[in-house]
Amino acid sequence: MLEIKNLHVKLEEEDKVILRGVDLKIGAGEVHAIMGPNGSGKSTLSYVLSGRDGYEVTAGSATLDGAELLEMEPEDRAAAGLFLAFQYPVEIPGVGNMTFLRTAVNAQKKSRGEPEVSAADFLKLVREKAKTLKIDAEMLKRPVNVGFSGGEKKRNEILQMAMLEPRMCILDETDSGLDVDAMKLVSDGVNALRSEGRSFLVITHYQRLLDHIKPDVVHIMAAGRIIKTGGPELALEVENNGYADILNEVG
Amino acid sequence: MTMLETVDGTEVREGVDRETIETVQAMAGKYKYGWETEIEMDYAPKGLSEDIVRLISKKNNEPEWLLDWRLAAYQRWVKLEEPRWAMLNYPEIDYQDQFYYATPKSMAKKPKSLDEVDPKLLATYAKLGIPLKEQMLLAGVEGDAEPRKVAVDAVFDSVSVGTTFKAELAKAGVIFCSISEAVREHPDLVKQYLGSVVPPSDNFFATLNSAVFSDGSFVYIPKGTRCPMELSTYFRINAENTGQFERTLIVCDEGAYVSYLEGCTAPKRDTNQLHAAVVEIVILKDAEVKYSTVQNWYPGDENGVGGIYNFVTKRADCRGDRAKVMWTQVETGSAITWKYPSCILRGDDSQGEFYSIAIANNAQQADTGTKMVHLGKRTKSRIVSKGISAGRAQNTYRGLVSMHPKAKDSRNYTQCDSLLIGDKCGAHTVPYIEVRNNSSRVEHEATTSKVDDDQLFYCRSRGMDEEEAVALVVNGFCKEVLQALPMEFAMEAQSLVAISLEGSVG
Ligand SMILES: Nc1ncnc2c1ncn2[C@@H]1O[C@H](COP(=O)(O)OP(=O)(O)OP(=O)(O)O)[C@@H](O)[C@H]1O
Ligand SMILES: [Mg+2]
Repeated sequence: MLEIKNLHVKLEEEDKVILRGVDLKIGAGEVHAIMGPNGSGKSTLSYVLSGRDGYEVTAGSATLDGAELLEMEPEDRAAAGLFLAFQYPVEIPGVGNMTFLRTAVNAQKKSRGEPEVSAADFLKLVREKAKTLKIDAEMLKRPVNVGFSGGEKKRNEILQMAMLEPRMCILDETDSGLDVDAMKLVSDGVNALRSEGRSFLVITHYQRLLDHIKPDVVHIMAAGRIIKTGGPELALEVENNGYADILNEVG
Repeated sequence: MTMLETVDGTEVREGVDRETIETVQAMAGKYKYGWETEIEMDYAPKGLSEDIVRLISKKNNEPEWLLDWRLAAYQRWVKLEEPRWAMLNYPEIDYQDQFYYATPKSMAKKPKSLDEVDPKLLATYAKLGIPLKEQMLLAGVEGDAEPRKVAVDAVFDSVSVGTTFKAELAKAGVIFCSISEAVREHPDLVKQYLGSVVPPSDNFFATLNSAVFSDGSFVYIPKGTRCPMELSTYFRINAENTGQFERTLIVCDEGAYVSYLEGCTAPKRDTNQLHAAVVEIVILKDAEVKYSTVQNWYPGDENGVGGIYNFVTKRADCRGDRAKVMWTQVETGSAITWKYPSCILRGDDSQGEFYSIAIANNAQQADTGTKMVHLGKRTKSRIVSKGISAGRAQNTYRGLVSMHPKAKDSRNYTQCDSLLIGDKCGAHTVPYIEVRNNSSRVEHEATTSKVDDDQLFYCRSRGMDEEEAVALVVNGFCKEVLQALPMEFAMEAQSLVAISLEGSVG
């Protein structure tokens, strides 16, 4: 599914190197987690994969089912099946949440040459999915993320993911800011989407989330590199001992 | 942010924007109305003179008083200088190098009904999406149970081609016809009100219009009548090198209500064409008028070649107590826009509102805003202006709020937001505020921002292309104004926002 090779990234405007050779391979249907200290480059990795401006790839590649992502426009990456649940979802004043969702869904359908969904079908589908995430009708009408609480924003990201049905989902700290119940809702939402053809990259600081969304593989990222890869037990180790041991071990 | 609740009588239409994108996508391609109708025309000789004024008056079979009125305006106009205070840069207009009257030959003998109108003209409006058959209704919004009826007066170059639903309106006592017909059929009303809001001496372009206006619409809503349907005028410029000078007069009698829509388009040409209209609205005691415009004249090409020069004087006079007016405008077209729809709040407790979206892209220039003149006690006004500049365009909001000594306890709230797309365009805000009593309050808020990269990236990461993302974000920015529009127009306006911003990014 997703294959990242020797990815080096620096800031476009400054001489600051953030990713220093990231290698990562996620197979179809797998769930991988990335943990790592603040500032280690996790969000940067997710942004670079989805095509945000401001970064310069100095070496390496990232392919989705063999297609080079790094050369595509952000919208083409989305249409190819990549989705990023933002660490900090963006507010868009004046644009109804529902309008936004429908525009996004239809834009992707259009670029894949599929017919658009009718207004009625769309409405039905959104309501269904919103209900399972406890997003009420009121929130669907409100402008995208404007005045949403932290937890509401995160649930809204998962709603978008559920509607867009991407194949490669990146969740950047979707658990932070969630209360216990919301964490359960979001995890259930994610688990409902798990399937053979869909893979996840879950960025998190907490083992808690990984109790709900069981990862196949856990990576530790530090200073722009993946320094250790293991099974779910690696997350427990971090939870109990922090990063110090792992960092020392790798040197 | 403080709002004037009482002024805010606008119905908020839920879900207006829900259909945005479908429409946006359906309307791919740049200026959609740039085609031309090939039709045989009669022109008055080129240039402007007393003879031309007489000829226009004669063509319209006008009474002596109106000819004299025109001639007086003409005499005044020749002595006037074109105003140049607006933030607009354009070459000198040669007023002798254009036609002042152009009418399809087939209109020489006035058609008695729409059935007699030249099929080519009917086809033109059909192609523009304007229904001239009464059984055809303006496309309703999806989910809207019943498409609403909208009566249309269709003006083609210098003449009105026809007006729909006249009979049905007449049953309610509503007069809706071309102004040339009103001069003949309802001379007393016309004589009483014509020039009473915008006198021929008002300004250079209004004076010119008073001399040479050829047609336009007339509306009279009798006392206590709620107009049974929306009224609209659709202006089409077709003839080359011809100015369009229309005049609209709306009289809303005591306790009456009408919502009026105005639309306009013109073919793509590489020469500029002049449009100088006057709209006068008289609103008596307890009456209310909503006037909505979607201005989509040809804007010129990416390099600023061609396009309409749009110099328009629009004013509403709230003559009676508790009279209300609401102007809503979506200005996307024209190479040059010079337009300040105004409210004279004369009656006590009268209210004026102005909602505006002005988009200037490429080499377009817009200098637009409003005047709120508070004369009566406890009068209220509200201004919401959204200016969007892209390309190399210059966009100026110019607005006057004036509280006269007798306008005790009056209120104004102004919100003026500018959005810049790219770094070669400009946005300017020029507010004039005069408060001449100490019990009135004026509030002014202004913001200028750049279209936000994070918002665009967020949209694109969900699959929208850059132009779609910009259209969505800009439509969000304009939301308050779009909501003030009647449903039919809101749809059109949203897609126009997208179209007029094409090529503004990337
Ligand atoms: N646009 C930018 N300008 C300046 N510095 C940046 C920019 N983007 C990223 N950085 C820096 O790059 C480093 C990696 O940031 P990133 O957001 O990827 O970390 P992270 O691993 O997601 O951290 P956290 O766990 O706190 O979310 C940080 O030092 C950050 O300050
Ligand atoms: Mg981060």
